[in-house]
Formats: sequence, C-alpha cells, structure tokens
Amino acid sequence: MCSNRFRVRGSGGGYALALIAAVLPVAVQGADVPEPVLAAERGRIEAIARGAQAAVAIFAGEAGGGSGVLISPTGYALTNFHVVQPAGVAMKCGLSDGRVHDAILVGLDPTGDVALVKLVGRDDFPFAELTDSDLVEVGDFCYAAGNPFLLATDLRPSISAGIVSGVHRYQFPAGTILEYADCLQVDAAINPGNSGGGLFDARGRLIGVNGRASFEKRGRVNVGVGYAISANQLRNFLGFLKGGRLVDHATLGATVATDEDGRVVVSDILESSDAYRRGLRYDDEIVSLAGRPVRTVNALKNVLGTLPAGWRVPVVFRRSGRRMEALVRLAGLHRPTELAKLVAADEAEQKGPSPGGAPPPARPKPAPLPDAVKHLYEARNGFTNHHFNILERDRVAAGIAASAASAATAGAWVMSGRLDSGAPFRIELSDTRGVIDLPTGTSEVDATGELDADPGPPGSGGMLAALLLWRRLLLEGPARLGRTSYWGMQPRDPATLGEFAQVDLVDVLETAAAAVEARFAVGADGGVIGIELWPVPDADPCEVRLSPLAEGPPGMPAVIEVRHGDALFGTFHVEDVRFEPVAPQPPGETS
Amino acid sequence: MTGRSGGRSRWNSWRMVGVAMLAAAVHAGVASWTSASAPGEVIAAAARKVVKVYGAGGVRGLEAYQSGVIVSPEGHVVTVMSTVLDAEVIDCVLDDGRRYRATLKGIDPERELAVLTIEGEELPAFVLDEADPLAVGSRIYALSNLFGVAVGDERVSVQHGVIAAFVPLAARRGAYEAPFRGDVYILDCTTNNPGSPGGALVDRQGRLAGLLGKELRAAASGVWLNYALPASEVARSYRQMLAGEAVAPPPADAAPAVFDPLALGVVLVPDLLDKTPPFVESVGAGSAAARAGLVPDDLLVAVNGRAVASRAAVRQALALVPEGDPVRVTVVRKGALVECDLGPRPAGGRP
Repeated sequence: MCSNRFRVRGSGGGYALALIAAVLPVAVQGADVPEPVLAAERGRIEAIARGAQAAVAIFAGEAGGGSGVLISPTGYALTNFHVVQPAGVAMKCGLSDGRVHDAILVGLDPTGDVALVKLVGRDDFPFAELTDSDLVEVGDFCYAAGNPFLLATDLRPSISAGIVSGVHRYQFPAGTILEYADCLQVDAAINPGNSGGGLFDARGRLIGVNGRASFEKRGRVNVGVGYAISANQLRNFLGFLKGGRLVDHATLGATVATDEDGRVVVSDILESSDAYRRGLRYDDEIVSLAGRPVRTVNALKNVLGTLPAGWRVPVVFRRSGRRMEALVRLAGLHRPTELAKLVAADEAEQKGPSPGGAPPPARPKPAPLPDAVKHLYEARNGFTNHHFNILERDRVAAGIAASAASAATAGAWVMSGRLDSGAPFRIELSDTRGVIDLPTGTSEVDATGELDADPGPPGSGGMLAALLLWRRLLLEGPARLGRTSYWGMQPRDPATLGEFAQVDLVDVLETAAAAVEARFAVGADGGVIGIELWPVPDADPCEVRLSPLAEGPPGMPAVIEVRHGDALFGTFHVEDVRFEPVAPQPPGETS
Repeated sequence: MTGRSGGRSRWNSWRMVGVAMLAAAVHAGVASWTSASAPGEVIAAAARKVVKVYGAGGVRGLEAYQSGVIVSPEGHVVTVMSTVLDAEVIDCVLDDGRRYRATLKGIDPERELAVLTIEGEELPAFVLDEADPLAVGSRIYALSNLFGVAVGDERVSVQHGVIAAFVPLAARRGAYEAPFRGDVYILDCTTNNPGSPGGALVDRQGRLAGLLGKELRAAASGVWLNYALPASEVARSYRQMLAGEAVAPPPADAAPAVFDPLALGVVLVPDLLDKTPPFVESVGAGSAAARAGLVPDDLLVAVNGRAVASRAAVRQALALVPEGDPVRVTVVRKGALVECDLGPRPAGGRP
C-alpha cells in the first residue's frame, strides 16, 4: 500500500486537495490520477447521466406517485402497477430536463407489478435500452434512478448506487398479484417513491425496474434490501403490454413439492391442463422448465413467474429414471374477469376503509382526460387501453400486407408438392371451400360456413380451417377478419427456450371467426410463420408452421408442418403455388 | 499496479497521510468500478463459506433462521447464540444446497456466539486469523441470509459498505444490556436485519474480517446498530468454545426487571393476590393514559401484543418495551377489546 503513492502537482494546497479527493473521488481532477481511474469515473458519470435522462417522475395527484423509465424514443415508459393504480388512466410525468409531459396508461400486469405508460409531446425521448438481465452477476455495480419520497420537485431524479446482492430471487405475492419472481436484489437504496424507476448497470443499460424492498422494524425506509423486476421478464411481457392488455401470468396447472430426497415432484395436477394432456403426471420429477434447471420449488416458481399465460414452454421431467420432454402450453393464473376484479378491488382498497366503519364513499367521477391524451384511450373489457391494441394490430397488418402484397389474389390458391414419404399432395383454398388431396383420400371443408364442424382432414385437428383463415387474413387483413386483436409476443421457437440468452419473440394476432379461435404468429418481416386453430376451446389446437418460400410468390410457404396434440400429422413440401382467378368447378368425383 | 512513486522525501507527514488516503480511495475505486469480474469472484468464493442456519422460531418477531460461517474444513460453523439454536433440530444449508443436521458444540455467553458442527467433509472454510484488522474507511462486503431470502442452493445476499468506526459495543436488546463490551466494527451498511446475525464480514480479498452480530440497539440512542465482531474476537471465542472454556452458564438473571405503569399515568387495583387481574383503578389527570382514553375498570389484557394475566405481568411486560418505543395496550371495556396508544415509554418507572 505504501509504495502506491501518487504525486500531487503544485504545492501549498496540494495536501488539502488530496484530502478532499480522498473523501470525494469526484474531485480528483487536479491530481495526477492514473488514466484508467479517470476513464472509469467518466464512464460512471456518463452511465448515470444516461439513466437519469430516461428517468420519469410520475405524479398521481393526491394519491402520491412514483417513478418510471423510458424505453423508447416514442415515449413508452415502464413503471409499477402499484404506482399507476391510484393515478388512473392519465398522469403527468416529469423528465430530468424539467419538462412535464402528459401520459396515458397503455398496459397492466398486476401479477408482475408492471405497467406500461406512454408519454406524449415528443418522438425523440431519451430512453434506456433493456439489456439481458441473466448476465447480471452478484457484486456488479448498479444504480437506481427515481423519485424516492417524491423528492424530485425539480424533476431531476435521485440516484442511489450499490451492488447486486442476489440474482434469481423469489418474493412471494400478495394474494395472487404483485409477485416478484426471478428478480434482482440490490443494496442500492430503494425507498418508497423509487417504485417503477429503472435499475441500471455500470454502462447505463436497463437491467430491471425497481419495485419492492424488504422492510421491517424501522418502518418503510430502505434497509439495504431492494428488489427489481428483471429486464428479461419485462421483455417477455412487453408485447402484451404494448397491445393495451390486462396481462396475466402463467400457471403450469400443477403444483410441486420437494420430496424427502430433495427432488421437485408434481404433488397435484389438473386433468384439464395442457401439462396433463402432454403426459405430466403426479409424482413426476421436474428437471427443467423453459430451459432452466429446476432444483427447488423456488426455482420453478421463479421461472414460471416470468412467463406470460398462453406461452408454450419445454418441460423436462423424469419418471422412474426415464427422462421425458414435452412442450406445454401454460394456462392463465387468473380467469380474465377475476383479474379485472382484482384490479378494481385493489383500487377500492387503496382508498382505505373510511372511519367509523361506514361504507366507503362512492368513487369520485373520474376527471375528464386531458386533451393531449384523450384520443389515445379506449376502454374495453379485458383490456387496459384498447386504443393501443388497434395500433399494434394495424402495425402487424401493415407488415403482413407488405410481405404478401402480390399474393393477395382473390380466387383459388392451389399448392401442390410432396409429403415426406414422397407421395404427392394438393391443397386448394378458395372463398367457397378448402380441399386437400392426400394419398389417404380427399377432404373438403365449406369455407362459407362455420369452421368448427369439420376439423379435417381427419387427424389434423383442423388443418384446412387453419389454412382458410390464413388465406382470409392475407386477403382481408386483420381488421376485417372476424374479431381480430393483437395478442402479444411469443417465442419464435419455444422448443429452444433457454438455449439462447435472449428469446427471439414474434408478434401474435388472435382471431375469433367462423366459430373457431385462431392465433397467427407473424415474423418481423410480416410473414405468417405459424397458425394455431382451436375448433373447440381448451382442447388441443391444430398447429401449422409455415416456412417461407425462398423464391416464388411472397407470403407463400415452402414447407407446411401440421401437428395435433403430440402427433405430427404431416410435413408438406410445397413445389408449386398457383393462383386461379376463378374457383374451378367442384369435381364431380374425386380421383 | 497503477500508482507511481516520486518525490517522497519532500513530503511532510501530513501530506503523506493525504496521499495515502488518496491512494487508498483510488485503489479501491479501480477495484470497484472497472474490474467487473473480480468482486463477483471474491463474493462467490466467500459465499460458499457462509451457511443458512435454521432452527426454532417462526413466531412473531422471532425468526427461525440466521446465518453462520464455516471456519474449519471438518465442519465447524460459528454463528450467534440465539433462540434459533434453542431447538432439537438445527440445520445448516450450504451454498450448493447441501443440507446438514448440526450439533451445538459450545456457546460463548459473553460474546453471544455459538459453534455448531456439521458432518461434512472438505468443506469450504474461512481462515479465522487470515485478515488484518481493518482500518476505518476500509471497504467491506457483508454476506448473510437477510430476511431468509435465499433458500436451498440460492446464494446468500451480499451488501457493500465501509468500516465506519471501531469502538466498544454499548448496546441493548429490548431492556436488557448486551453482555459484550469489547470493540466492534460499526458499518455504514445496513446489516441489522432479521437473518443477518452470524453472517460474514469480509474484506475486499474475501477474507473473514468479522461476524455480523445479533440485532442490537445502541444503549445511548436506541438506534439499531450495524456492527460486526472483529475476526480476532471471533477466533478467540471459537478456540475457547472448542476447549470448553467459554461454556459458562449465562449470567444469573436477577429479579426480572419491572416498570411501574404509574409512570404512564395508569393506577392499577391494589396487588392483593398472586395474580391480581390488572384492572385500571384510576387514571392520572393529563397523563399519557388519560390522553389515550384509558378509563377506570378497563381490564388490561395485552401490552404491545404480549398477553398480561396479572398486575405483575403488566409490570414485566412494560419493562421489556425499550425506552422511547411506543406502548400499546389492549383492554377489555364493556365486553369489547379496545386498543389504546400510550405513546413512547418514558425512562425510569422502576419502583
């Protein structure tokens, strides 16, 4: 230590400067400090400045307020459900430059304590980049930027620095909402008011959203134990939130417990669950979920808590030494009405019981929305803000239209090619009917009526119906296809979950039309890459995967893979696609 | 590494101090801000030597968990002596999820430490005398299972901070004075949390510098203390416990402390029987009791949540409320339970 000395230039005041510098490392410019130290300091200052710019002070009037963090130049900002809950649909948001913007509520995830809001007034908001929070390590430097104790009267955020104290932490929910799964634990001070603000790494990238702290005997002040929702969980839900939804988290449909050997085993399972249909049974040992190893009950809750309802994830389990794997569709933790009720109930609770045990006063009539945001809100059951669902749906529609522009030809679409076995097939899709010729026979579905009656061809679970809806989607667009809304985002290939650091997500549209329900997965280029069709709700859907054709009509598939339940129905290698302006005469007899 | 020397002879001692402090700050700065992996590795290595201890408790205010440090590869674990260890089954869970049944090998009533043994082999262990005493201003990490956040193979939590002072401990728990009066590290890091006691205080190289102490308050101010017993004190205690020297009976409790409710303006009915029910006889005008709305014939049934069946029990329960802490009594009035806040407990009150 003693040999490590630094020369301080100048005399007289030199030692005084050195003393100050020792206390305040920020003030060392005057000293002959090694360049790496100065570089690290500059890096830190820049990182903090970047995070501070993206920080949002949220004001909810008398109900208090909190923090938020901008994640796009267009004004999308993440915060906590429990911050915006008392604020209602519209709120005022302050940025570090001292300006106040109107903001509108976009999406809610009460289970994960997340809300998405959109600030208006600029299209070049400073924003933070969501990074891969699974790369965060215990001991890493981190800092929080927010509005603790609502101190930011000049709108400049407070910064509290610390280290990451723990990763993949689990914090129990309050009832069924406000669950912090797989969260980051930090010793940076997280106080009331920091809720919803960003947690940043040493490079100023967003690793999480602060929202919770362990409090105990000292009251509601920080005791060095704060928690942040991980960026990776936020990314999983972001599509749903941007779609203006009231988002639900996932459940496996089974409960697990640790047995005497320390294995995590299924202790109960719903026979109506997809997990059961895919073969999971009582006493099976869970090995991994969504590509993450499961060694404790907490680990399972951790993974499950970061997943949206409706995703399919790989589950690896073991039975009498035999390893098995299945792709399981996760159900919702709540019924949709239940979630809406919980949100409303929580709102009432926020007001607190009135003194004297009298019934709480009727909710004051909500104030009219400010002019700046009132065109950005549309109430609808099951949605937080339906306006944003339309925006997202139209965005996806534009992508589909662009990618399939020349294919959108009315008349019959005829695809022919060979199956894996080499046998030929022919598929015809038109306004009036869907026909498939297979070596095993021909199936026909009436395209003009309801599609739930005939899930043909037999064994496919509804392949023709799925392709007919797909044709209508490309021809008519989502706005005119039955009731079509933006669903959210899901992994492009769920089977590979956990193999890659960051999940590759694609947009999904949800359609109720012709008495069936369907979901279309749409790639970033606007190509439809997958269809799931449920002739009957809560049963196994027909799953169609479309691989794009390299050459030929855009939007048309090169390979169509059809699955139903656990079985592969067939893989169709398309060799030729023809558009027939007029539907051919129905053949008298099939050949 | 990054420093350079020069012109040393021209410096007077004052300047030397300043420069040494600057060097320390810069050195620490480099370590903490630029080398991303190093702190992570130091922490990971230290965390493997910290165990999660589970025992008795689980009722309000008494957690059933704390922390401990492995100090020998044969499985000696030093932790704090507490009600958690007052159990037939004590378990220690390692960083990798291994769970061991522990045996209480010895206790040190003065420092309030205990040594447990677990039947593990080749366990990762701290070396007790490895670290130099830490100077005030040294950067430290505190590793513990605060709030019981980590379970199974999950790693204990780590916090960072600085040694703020090295001073004699003058602390109390409730109304009782803590027996240890030796020097302890005061930390600027909030380690006074449930589950933290028994955790490791390590230096920047990951060497054991101390043991996080029990949840105590400063005797003078009532402020919750963030402190750690220095490693030298832990080592001495450990050796004494192993030698069976330190297993002295706890200091004989004198007559239980009592606090006269009169200090709060509560006059109870005369103490005629062994278990005189604590009925309020009268309330002093303008007293805390009067302000709280206590009236004659109220029957006290609880003080700060602790059931009180007799006059004597009220006096003992009040004595357990630290001076300055709020007193809340539950009374039965006309068949209904009523809560009354009597405000902070005043000093004195000893009859």
